[in-house]
Amino acid sequence: MKGILGLKIGMTQIFDDKGDVIPVTVVQAGPCYVIQKKTKEIDDYNAIQIGFFPKKMHRVNKPLKGHMGKAKRGMFYYLKEIPLTDDEIKNYEVGQEITIDIFGDDEFVDVTGTSKGRGFTGVIKRWNFSGGRSTHGSKFHRTHGSTGMCEQPGRIFKGTKMAGHYGNEKVTVQNLKVVGKIKEKNYLLIKGAVPGPNKSLVIIKESVKKAGVKK
Amino acid sequence: MMIEGVEEKFSRGDLPAIHPGDTVRVYFRVKEGNKERVQPFEGVVIAIRGDGTKKMFTVRKISFGIGVERIFPYNSPLIEKIEIKQRGRVRRAKLYYLRKKVGKAAKIKPLRVVKKKES
Repeated sequence: MKGILGLKIGMTQIFDDKGDVIPVTVVQAGPCYVIQKKTKEIDDYNAIQIGFFPKKMHRVNKPLKGHMGKAKRGMFYYLKEIPLTDDEIKNYEVGQEITIDIFGDDEFVDVTGTSKGRGFTGVIKRWNFSGGRSTHGSKFHRTHGSTGMCEQPGRIFKGTKMAGHYGNEKVTVQNLKVVGKIKEKNYLLIKGAVPGPNKSLVIIKESVKKAGVKK
Repeated sequence: MMIEGVEEKFSRGDLPAIHPGDTVRVYFRVKEGNKERVQPFEGVVIAIRGDGTKKMFTVRKISFGIGVERIFPYNSPLIEKIEIKQRGRVRRAKLYYLRKKVGKAAKIKPLRVVKKKES
């Protein structure tokens, strides 16, 4: 599986050759460097750990300095693993650079990020409840109403939709298309929206469902 | 907000700058079946919103007594050219009040260019 780390820059729109507008998210992806190779013999699974976003040497603690120092590519803020098959892992070496070139034009990707935190949220925003009417004597406005039955079963089922903390969780959006690249800035232009606020870390991986599909 | 390094690439610099109140003629390419032709649309720019590639502008005209408004993406490759017929003197950025005016009241006075006195 191909994968790269990036920072969400923001959204804008571009025009295709027909003159239609395409909404795109700009992601500054890479360059990433392979910090560690994990193999079946030692770790029971195949993966590469990649580092992204340079960090100043004096901000890194000693254990991480030793760990990242082996790749001789400097220090990084973010370290993530990309799972690989037996064949794929042969193509990677420690210290190897990964750039946006791993994705071709019109390739489909899955993007993982941390969604915007919304704090303690009511059921209308969190679970799309419809709520009650505001006027005509209604006293039922934005609350959730009944959450269960009577003496049978005598308890609230687990997982019942209620108010609570919403957002700030891992979200993956599948099957987004790469519609453009800007090499000098390492920008990937991905059609559609990507989870999280601007300047947040996103993981871009080859699409699980549409791997290798073009257009 | 502009995204540097991206929006410049998809923006076009060949079109003249337009302002609210200007009377413009927009030559827009339209596809009908397999044929392509240029459709001009002349009217007053009543609103401009967005910046960078996202910039859109609204043109209003009176066609056979009925007000018609069209919103164009400023950077669209389908715009062949924009002709500015007249610069208008207006005091606000959005001229939505024109929708309620009829006849002479809906006219916009041309911008007077005041020459600087040589001192």
